[in-house]
Amino acid sequence: MKETSLETTPLIEFKNVTKSFGDKIVLDNVNLKIYENQITTIIGKSGTGKSVLLKHIIGLLKPDRGTILFEGNPVGKMKKKEWEQYRSKISFLFQNNALMDSMTVFDNVAFPLKHTTNLSKNEIAEKVLKRIEDLELTDATDKYPSELSGGMQKRVALARALVTDPKIVLFDEPTTGQDPIRKNMILSMIAHYRKKFGFTAVMISHDIPDVFFISDRIIILWEGGVGFEGNYEQAVSKKLPLIDEFLRSLEGFEDELTGLLSREAFRVHYSALLGGAVSTAKVSAALFSVHLSILNDVLGPQASMEIIRMLGEYANKSFNPIGGFSARYSRDEILTVFPHTDAKEAEQLVLGFAEEMKSKVLATIQNLAANNLGIGNCFDIYLHAGVTDVLAKDDINQIIKKARANHKVVATYRCDPGGGEQ
Amino acid sequence: MQPFALIGKITMDFVNNLGAMAIFFSLAFINIFRRKQVREIINQVYYIGATSSLIVMLVGLFTGMVLGLQLFYTLVKFGSVGALGSAVSLSLIRELGPVLTAIMITARAGSGMAAEIGILRISEQIDAIYTMRIDPVRYLISPRIAASIISFPLLTAFFDLVGILGGYATGVLLLGTNAGTYFYRVQSSLDMVDIRGGFIKSIVFAVIVSCICCFQGYFCHMRTDGYGSKSVGLATISAVVLSCIMILIADYVVTSFLM
Repeated sequence: MKETSLETTPLIEFKNVTKSFGDKIVLDNVNLKIYENQITTIIGKSGTGKSVLLKHIIGLLKPDRGTILFEGNPVGKMKKKEWEQYRSKISFLFQNNALMDSMTVFDNVAFPLKHTTNLSKNEIAEKVLKRIEDLELTDATDKYPSELSGGMQKRVALARALVTDPKIVLFDEPTTGQDPIRKNMILSMIAHYRKKFGFTAVMISHDIPDVFFISDRIIILWEGGVGFEGNYEQAVSKKLPLIDEFLRSLEGFEDELTGLLSREAFRVHYSALLGGAVSTAKVSAALFSVHLSILNDVLGPQASMEIIRMLGEYANKSFNPIGGFSARYSRDEILTVFPHTDAKEAEQLVLGFAEEMKSKVLATIQNLAANNLGIGNCFDIYLHAGVTDVLAKDDINQIIKKARANHKVVATYRCDPGGGEQ
Repeated sequence: MQPFALIGKITMDFVNNLGAMAIFFSLAFINIFRRKQVREIINQVYYIGATSSLIVMLVGLFTGMVLGLQLFYTLVKFGSVGALGSAVSLSLIRELGPVLTAIMITARAGSGMAAEIGILRISEQIDAIYTMRIDPVRYLISPRIAASIISFPLLTAFFDLVGILGGYATGVLLLGTNAGTYFYRVQSSLDMVDIRGGFIKSIVFAVIVSCICCFQGYFCHMRTDGYGSKSVGLATISAVVLSCIMILIADYVVTSFLM
C-alpha cells in the first residue's frame, strides 16, 4: 500500500457535498479525498450513492450543495476551457460498459479520438490498434459488442476509456456479473494497466477481498456519508461494528476464485488453533507465491488467474486431508498452516506439492498461454514457497513475514520454443 | 380545487415542455454548423430520406390515383373534366404532398429516431458519449434535424410528382381524359407560389417532426409513466402521435399565413 502524506494535495476532494433526488438525500455532507496514482475503491450498500458520487466527478451530476475540488480548484467555478481540460483528463467505465452497440470494436475504441482530436485517420488507427493489442482484443477488432463475451466487452470498454490517455479513470462496478476468474482478471487488468499507463483509478466494487488486494485506499459510504476512509488494514482493525459486519457479509467464508478460506474464516481457524494446538504441539506454515505481475505480462490475465485458481485448488486438495488450512493473503500469495507438523515435515509436504503442481498444473498452462503467445513462444513459471515454524505468540502478519524471509523457488516450469517442457 | 390544480399542472407541464423543446432545438440547430458534421448529416439523409423514398412514392402514387378517380367523378357532374389536372396537382402540391409525406416519414423514420435515441439513453450510451467530451446533442440530434430539413422537401417533391402521375394513370389511362389537357392544366394552374408554399410547409414539418421525435427519445428516462424499455416504447408512441397532431395544426397555421 502506498503511503499518503497528509500534506499532499488530493487530486479530487469532496467538501460537504450534498445531493438529493426528490425527497431522498443520497449524499449528505460527503467529505472525501482521492489521491493521485492510487487505486481508490468505494464500497457501500446499494443505494448509498456510489455511482452518484462517480457521476459528480465527471460532471454527469452537479451537487445541490458543497464543492468538488480538482487539484485544489473548485470544479463548479471552472471556466469553459478549464472545464473541458479537466474533463479531457477523465475517463469513465460504465457498469454495463455502455459500448456503442451499432459500432465495431475498432470504431468503439476510435470513437473518442475521432470526435475530440485532430489526429489523422492513420494516427487514430495506429493508436486504436495498439490499445486493442494491449488488451488482447486483436481477434475481435471487427466484431460488434453483442458478438463478444462479457469479459471481452469489459476490455473493449477499458480500451475505449484508456485510448485518450486519461489521468483519472472511474470504474463503476467493473466486475459485476462476472465469474470469479473474470472478476480477478478484470481487477488484475486494472492494476496492471494502472501501473503501465500511470492513471489514478477510482473504483466501485464489492468483490472483497479481491478488490482490496489491488486498492491503495478504501472509502466506505455509509448512510449518505463517508463511514470510513483509509486502507484495508485500517478498515478491519478499526472494528466499527456496522462496517465490520458489512465487510464480513461481502467477504463470506470462501475465496471465490480459489475455493480457499476467506481471510476472516482463516483468522477464526487460526485463533481456534492458537487456543489449543500451538500451545501443546508443533505447528508450521508455508507461504506460496507466483509473481502475478510477471505472469500477467508474459501469459496474459486469463492464464495468470488460472494458475492462481489451480494453486488454491491443489492446496486445498493436498493439505486439507492432513488438517492444513489455507487462505489467499494477497493477489498471488497463499498462506497454509499445518497443525501437528514441524517446519522440516512441512518442507517435505511443500516439495511434494510443488512436484504435483509442476506436473499437473503448470504444464497445462501451455495451452492457455498459447492463445496469448502463439505457438513457438516460450515462458517460465516459478512457484516460490517459504516454510516457517509457528510460535504461540505469532500473529498472522508475523507468520507471513517469517515465511517470506525463507522464500525459495520450489517448482519451475520452462517450455521450449517448440511448445514442449524442459 | 382539484380540477383547477389539474388544469394548472397540465398547462405548466405543457409550457415547460415547449420551452425545453425550444432550447433543445436551438442548441441542436446551432450545432449543425459545427465541424465534422457533414458525414453524419449524409448518413442521416440516407436513413431518413433515401430509405423512405420508396414508401413515400408508393403512398404518393395511390393518393394521386384516388384523387384522380374521386375528382373525375365529381368534375364530370359539372362538365369540367378538363380541370382534373389542375385539381389533382393543386391538392397534392399545396396540401396533401407536404402533409402525407411528413406523416409517412414520421411513421417510418420519426419513430425510428425516437426509439434509437431512447435506447441510447436507457443503455447509458448517451452518458458515455458525454463522458468522452462529445456533446450528445451535437452528435445525435443536430445531424437528424439537418437531414430532416434536407429530406422532407425532396421527398415531398417526389410525392407530388408521383401523385400527379397517379392522377394521370386513373384520369387519363383508365377513365379516358385527354392526356394533353391533363398536363396542360397541371402546368397552367400551378404557380411558383403554390410550389414554394408546399416546400415551406415541408420544412416546417421537418423541424416539428425531427424536434419532437428526438426530444421524446432523448428525455425518455425522465418520463414518469414508464421506465426502461417501456419508457422507450412510450416515447416512440408520444413522438408519432404528437408529430402527427402538430403536423395538422401547423398545416392550418402555415396555410392561413400563406393564403
